[in-house]
Amino acid sequence: MSIIDIIIYIFFFIGVFFSLLAGIGLLRFPDVYTRLHAGTKCTTFGSIFLIGSVILIGFRSWYFGSTDGSILVIHSIVALIAILLTNPTGAHAIARAAHRSGVEPVNAVVDDLKTKNKTKSNNTANKKKTGEEK
Amino acid sequence: MISSETILIVIGVISLAVIMALIRIVKGPTAPDRVVGLDTVNTIVISSMVLFGAAYNEVIYIDVAIVYALLSFISTLFIAKYLEGGKF
Repeated sequence: MSIIDIIIYIFFFIGVFFSLLAGIGLLRFPDVYTRLHAGTKCTTFGSIFLIGSVILIGFRSWYFGSTDGSILVIHSIVALIAILLTNPTGAHAIARAAHRSGVEPVNAVVDDLKTKNKTKSNNTANKKKTGEEK
Repeated sequence: MISSETILIVIGVISLAVIMALIRIVKGPTAPDRVVGLDTVNTIVISSMVLFGAAYNEVIYIDVAIVYALLSFISTLFIAKYLEGGKF
């Protein structure tokens, strides 16, 4: 067993561990926002390591003279970039949609976002009124 | 050498996370809970597609994973926009 095999096994372990943490967090957390925290961040971090292990496998077979290895490496990097760009954006969109559709956080006392939006709309309304008076 | 059986065992273990997310999709009290579960299932399916491509030495699986990632992102954005309400 060479050193790169040990690195690949460590990457497998980290990826599997964080993917399972995402599932457990989805089951155990009480709230949409905390579930989103578990289900998106942990799967993104686990996917980095799982796809990174595939990249290492491709690098090794590329080093031993296989042309399939180079295609494996490049396409895996493209898939990793696609996951890294799209997953946090989707999580942000879901959180914004959940807040605007009226889902409250459990045990929340103060909702800062709601008061902020209200004061902003009040300011714009006041500005419109003063503009009309002038 | 990493044998293909090892990669298949890894895929089998991370499919437990898919089962837990499916339980959340069935149980979820509100609609955003179900969308969160669907997003998790999509991400784990993408990474397992890449692992399948490494296990069977088929690069076409990884191309399918890239297209699946982009399409699932678009579907998540549309569901979020639908939940938000209002005009499109």
